[in-house]
This record gives sequence, C-alpha cells and structure tokens, in this order.
Amino acid sequence: MKAKIKTKRKYKLFDYVLILIMLLVCFLTIYPMWYILVNSLAAPDVASLGAVAWWPSALSLDAYKVVFQNEYIVSGFLVTIGRTVLATTIHVLFTAMVAYGMSRNHLIGRKLYMKIAMITMFFNGGLIPNFILMLKLGLYDTFWVFIIPAMYTFYDMIIFISFFRTIPESLIESAKIDGASEYTIFWKILLPNCKAVIATIALFAGVYHWNDYYQGVIYIRDRSLQPLQTILYKLLAESSMTTQQQQAMLALGGSTPSATIKFASMVVATLPILFIYPFIQKYLVKGVMIGAIKG
Amino acid sequence: MKRKAKKKLLALKKQWQLQSMVIPGIVWMAIFCYIPLVYLIIAFMDYNISVPLFENEWVWFKHFKAFLTDDRFWRSVRNTLGMSVLKIFIGFPIPILFALLLNEIRNEKFKKMVQTISYLPHFISWAIFGGILLNWLSETGIINQLMVSLGFQDRAILYNADPDNFWMITFLSDTLKETGWSAIIYLAAIAGIDPGLYEAADLDGANRWQKMWYITVQCIRPTIAILFILAVSNCLGSNFDQIFFMKNSANMPKAETIDLYIYNMGLGQGRYSFSTAVLFFRSIIAFGLLQLCNFVSKKLTGEGII
Repeated sequence: MKAKIKTKRKYKLFDYVLILIMLLVCFLTIYPMWYILVNSLAAPDVASLGAVAWWPSALSLDAYKVVFQNEYIVSGFLVTIGRTVLATTIHVLFTAMVAYGMSRNHLIGRKLYMKIAMITMFFNGGLIPNFILMLKLGLYDTFWVFIIPAMYTFYDMIIFISFFRTIPESLIESAKIDGASEYTIFWKILLPNCKAVIATIALFAGVYHWNDYYQGVIYIRDRSLQPLQTILYKLLAESSMTTQQQQAMLALGGSTPSATIKFASMVVATLPILFIYPFIQKYLVKGVMIGAIKG
Repeated sequence: MKRKAKKKLLALKKQWQLQSMVIPGIVWMAIFCYIPLVYLIIAFMDYNISVPLFENEWVWFKHFKAFLTDDRFWRSVRNTLGMSVLKIFIGFPIPILFALLLNEIRNEKFKKMVQTISYLPHFISWAIFGGILLNWLSETGIINQLMVSLGFQDRAILYNADPDNFWMITFLSDTLKETGWSAIIYLAAIAGIDPGLYEAADLDGANRWQKMWYITVQCIRPTIAILFILAVSNCLGSNFDQIFFMKNSANMPKAETIDLYIYNMGLGQGRYSFSTAVLFFRSIIAFGLLQLCNFVSKKLTGEGII
C-alpha cells in the first residue's frame, strides 16, 4: 500500500540530485580498488610513464608472475591463510564452548566466573605488558602468537550466551534424559541451532585476521612468519626500510616497474575479501546489529 | 558444615563436564588478561626484562614525573585531542547525513546497492588503503596531477611529508573509509521508526524536509546521543592502524598520538617502564572519562553507555 503511494509520487529535482550524490559516493568507494587493479595490470612501458587513472593502453600480467614468484609474498600469503583459518576456527569453538558453560544456570561458581570475565572488559594491560607476556610465554616470533591470544573475547562470549539462551530448555533436558553428555549437547544441539551467529562471529574474526598487519609488526621478526599485510606494510609504508631492502623484495621484477608489482601485491591481498564480500555482507550487517542491541 | 562441603563437592563432580568447558576460559583470562594487569606495576619500577618481576628496583613515580615534563608527551596529547576534535565535531554528523539522504532514495534496489557498496572500504585493510593513499599523495600521484592540471598548484607537493597536512589527511581518509559502515546503525534506527508517523504527517501536509527533520531526526536522537557520548569518551584513543601506516619521520610532529608515543618509547626505544607509565596514566584518565560520559549519558538519555 505504502509502496504504491510512493511510486506514484513524481520524481523531483531533489531526487535526481540525491541519486547523483549517491553515485558519487559509490564512485569514491570503488575507485581506490579500481585504481590498484588497473595499475597492477598496466604494461611495463605504460606504467613507467606514471600512474594510470582509468584504463591502461596496454595490458600485461607480468606483475602477477613476479608477485607469485616472490618468496616474501608467497610465504606471507600462506601465513595469512593459515592464520585466518586456524585462528577463526579456534576462536569460534573455544568462545562458544566457554559461553555454553556460562549460559547454564546451575553451573557452580557461575557468578564468580562472570565477574572474572566482566573485569577483562574494562581493564587490560595494553601494549607493553602484553608484549612482555608474549616474550615470557615464548609466543614471541612464533606462529601461535596470532592464534592463542585471539582465542577468546568477552564480547563474542556474551553474544553466544544470549543466543544459547534462546534455545528451549526442554530440548537440552530431553537430550540429557537420553544420556547425552554436555559435550554432545553443545556439539549436536547448540552449535547447529546457532549457525547464523557462528557465521557472523567467524566472519568478523576472519576479516580481522586477514587484514591485520600490526601484530606481525610487533610480534614477528622472522620474515617467513610475517603475514601478507605485514609484508605489504613493510613494502609500502615503512620509512625505516632501506631502498636496498625494498629492491631485494622486488628483485625478480626485471623490466616490470616496482610500482606495478606493489599494486599487484595489493590486489592479491584484497581480492579474497572482494570475492567473498557479496556473499557475506548480510552477515556483517547482522553482526553490527547484534552488537548494537548488546551494547 | 562438613556435610555441606561434601554435598557441594558431589554436585561439582556431577557437573565436571560443564566445569571443564568453563575453566579453560578462566585460565585463558588469567593468563592473557590478568597477568598483563600485574605487569602494569613495572610503571613504578626500573624494569629489566631479564630480572624476575619483583626483584626490580622500585622507583615509584620517577617515570610519571619524567613523561609529565616531556614536551613530546604533551605534543602527543595535543595531536590525539586535535584529531579527535576533528573526528567528533566535523566527522560525527557525516554518517548521519549519509543515512538521512540514503533514506530518501525511493528505489529500494538502488538504495540497497549504494549501501552495500558504501561499507565495502571498511573491510579493506589499512595496509592496503594506506598504500593507495600514499601513492595518491606522492609526488607523481593523482592528487598532484589533478591539482596541477586544474591550476591550483604550479608544481607537485609532497603532501604526506608536510606535518601540517597530517590531521586533515587522516581525517579525510578515515571519513572515506568508514562513513558507510558508521551509517549502518543510523539506518537501522531509521528502519525501526513507525511508518504510521509518516502517514500521519502526510495527512497533515508535511513536506519532505519537515518529515526528515521532525520525524526521522527526532526518532533517531537517542541513537545519536549515545554514539556521540561514546565518541567523546574515546577521545584519548586514535585509529592506530591508520596512523601507524601514515606516519613517517617528516610528519611525526603532528602524527605522534599518545598510542604512537607509547609505541615509540616502549618498543622503539626499549623504555618499557617509562611507556607503561604513560599507558597506565592514559588508562586511568580514559576510565574516568568513560565513567563521566556514562553519568552524563544516564542524565540526558536515561540510558548508560556501558
């Protein structure tokens, strides 16, 4: 009914201005991605004349060949994939497991546990204490520094708890009567009934691990353990990096300009996100809404 | 008494599975949340990493005095607050405006498409977004090309090497990256408004602007208030991923925020105790600020932010 009335209304000048503004917003959003894409595809002699704004007059995939032969970028890519998959899986399972225990009212010591967990939301050690802890635990400069400290967050646990509580108690009780253990209930009843929440939390964790460059800067010295984004940071921004080091990183380039190689590595790091984005974006919005209701 | 304890132990034994799910979480928290809190006491010591924690020499407020008299610390406070003020007073209304305008789009499909595209940059890492930005701002980048060809400049400028540009660069790039994402929460609030209000306004002959101002804006006011107070309470923080990427030795006088100062002093120069003292100080002020904002929020909107 309402929609009908709306479509009957005539389009006024303001509507056209509005559409124009929105198209401009879309342009501003998409253009940066477009820019790295076309510049990574520019043929060497086109790229050497300077950055391409719209479309290169000659195309070439040379930069990608260089990128995929570059040991720094390949190892970074593998570390990033490994880190994203492992850290996300462990985070979701561990946080959900703790949340399941915490969501049961008859858990002895529940109030105390909750208090212990609450305090971690308001107070945290910060950069230096965490750094010292990683050194003392022997996690510094190991792959596990990406995984173990990211196993749990209070915030995600609260989200899990509130969803676990929507599952009817009778379902859990009848499983118990059938002799199911708590682990079976958690695995076979709770998790399959909370797929949407799991997807949302996993996506946020996954995107974080894929995009994070800073952990790698702080905790990893071994170059072969650095995630792709950290490698990119070193390649693109770090002023302390000598041109010699940068050249070593781009050494295989041959005639391909280093700028093109940089763009190609940026595309390689962005494409996975762009590819899954259309499929995941509805979960991402859902995630914000969960957060907004909770917060 | 003994019986009661025995009963409890029996109950505990009965739910050992449940306990075995929660206790690993508690152990994790003890290690990764509580031990760092204990390490905060190195702010009052001359900490040496190779010496056991409690055998370090206590120097009490030596480091606090040192940074409070350090001009570079105050410079970092000024930079943090400067960037926050830009973000709060100019940046804050932008997502609201975007949400309001987007809401006026009649074609649902187009609206949905714009929205989906607009929050895409939020999911691009700062290592990449910053890389694009540095390229654009470079001597041969498109911003210089554009400015020169339009006649605003007669030669290329090294934008990111000039400290005076830094706040604006970070502000604009942050706006470009996050506006769509920040608008989601307002769009959701708008979607929750009772359509009957608009229909009633239509009957009263209200025009589009009147409806936008008197219905939409008024209905999302609580959301705006809470997010504003949250933003204010966060003013001692900075977007570290962004600043860490965009900083360089030339723009440091305007780029070094408190976070970056802590990093530079602690991990850059290895002054663990000194930078933990800064961290400690900042946390206390930030906590006080959060409480204050929570109090104000409760007074104004009847709802706390925490």
